[in-house]
Amino acid sequence: MEGNQLERGKETLLAVEHLQKSYVTKSGTTDVIHDLDFSLVPGEFVCIVGPSGAGKTTLLRSIAGLLPPTSGTLQFEGREITSPPDDMAVVFQEYGRSLFPWMTVRKNIEFPLIEKGLPKDERTRLVDEALAAVGLANSAKMYPWQLSGGMQQRVAIARAVAYEPTLLLMDEPFAAVDAQTRADLEDLVRELWHRLGVTVLFVTHDIEESIYLAQRVLVLSDRPTEILADLHIDLPEPRDQLSTRMLPEFGNYRAQVYDLVQQAKRGLRRSGV
Amino acid sequence: MKTLHTALTALALPIVLFCAWWAFSVANPSFYFPSLPKILGQFPETWGLDMWVSDVFPSLLRLFASYALALALGVGLGMVLGLSRRIRLTFEPVLEFLRAVPPTALVPVVMLFFGIGDVMKVVVIVLGCFWPILLNTIEGVRSVDEVLSDTAATYKVRSRSRLVHLTLRSATPQIFTGLRQALSIGIIMMVISEMFAASNGIGFAIVQFQHQFSIPEMWSGVILLGIIGYLLSQGFGWVERRSLAWYYGLKASGENGR
Repeated sequence: MEGNQLERGKETLLAVEHLQKSYVTKSGTTDVIHDLDFSLVPGEFVCIVGPSGAGKTTLLRSIAGLLPPTSGTLQFEGREITSPPDDMAVVFQEYGRSLFPWMTVRKNIEFPLIEKGLPKDERTRLVDEALAAVGLANSAKMYPWQLSGGMQQRVAIARAVAYEPTLLLMDEPFAAVDAQTRADLEDLVRELWHRLGVTVLFVTHDIEESIYLAQRVLVLSDRPTEILADLHIDLPEPRDQLSTRMLPEFGNYRAQVYDLVQQAKRGLRRSGV
Repeated sequence: MKTLHTALTALALPIVLFCAWWAFSVANPSFYFPSLPKILGQFPETWGLDMWVSDVFPSLLRLFASYALALALGVGLGMVLGLSRRIRLTFEPVLEFLRAVPPTALVPVVMLFFGIGDVMKVVVIVLGCFWPILLNTIEGVRSVDEVLSDTAATYKVRSRSRLVHLTLRSATPQIFTGLRQALSIGIIMMVISEMFAASNGIGFAIVQFQHQFSIPEMWSGVILLGIIGYLLSQGFGWVERRSLAWYYGLKASGENGR
């Protein structure tokens, strides 16, 4: 049994087992997450989709170590998550509120690295590389609020990348930017994933976005949440906003996930309706 | 050209009032309300170097020392109270009562304990300045953005850096609001502490002039206080604009819809 645990620890980066989360309110206990099981292997790109209010953010905050689960276990790199783990970075949806407005772009990216205890020259190298990677090399001295929304989210991504995490969590990161910027940012994240070999767990409510980005899509049920489907997305690489989205397979996946989300909204559960 | 226009707009009313005061006081001479040229003529003579050394500097020194002390105490305690719900709930009723007591009413009490020297005056000024700084710091500390706080947590920002780079920085706009209120209260308390019992200070000098029926001199002291208050407020504004440049930038970008 113990040997088995160890084995699994090696090939599994993140293991979510029987995760359950409920809140106690005046009217009683509300189940947000009923029973969730899934795991990520290193290097994967996994998207989580589900109807709004499906507890996607609750799930992500639990994984990030910001919210203790009511029951069940969360393991990252073989260790139980009780507080925000090392080697994990989170990109939040609210870019305007996740960047420190009193720090320049450079300082925002460098700050976590200072906290990590990295020496100055290494910090400078990491920040410069991250800025170049997101195409903001010329904006290092600006303040976040001097930039457009899309650029601010690029800074948040650069900060996460410079941190060199093994797992990158993204909580609906592009929900608040316009469509064109969104497409650019999607490609940026895919490119970074390819180049850095980081594992990405990406929460979104946009079905097409999840299929375009991911190798695996987890479809969540409505509250109290469980996983309705775990789909392998077999689309050719490299992906491209135009040709990939025009593939018949893309359309099939889209229809499949769309149908699942619609059923989820009507209350479909894995354990049967 | 535009700056000139702005300057003229800003100066227009002061100039009109100045001229009106001048004309009215010259036309209606009175012993207690001497003409403005008479007061101004008395000004350089009254507030010479010796008066600066004996009265103006001691006043300002006490004001600055007290202000700095109130800042340290107010921000320090405000951080503690803002961060801990339990401590806040314990102290809140007492604080509500204490801040409702007008600090001026405490001057005689403070005199009993600290005599009539500099310490008494510093305590009086601190008692006035402390409250707005404390209460605004508590508010500011409590208003730290949740997403920013989560961000700091996920990047494992250590508690000391968190205090300095997140909590304190988030609270600075609110702290400055408190500091601005404290500055005007401080000047008031400075003058009052010198009017009760003192051997020097601007407030003391004004009272002395009044007792000696040196009315133009008394008026010149009032004008001096006005000028000092105005300059301090301008200086404060300069520091505030520099320290909170990010805050005003953020607000402006928010208003433009980003």
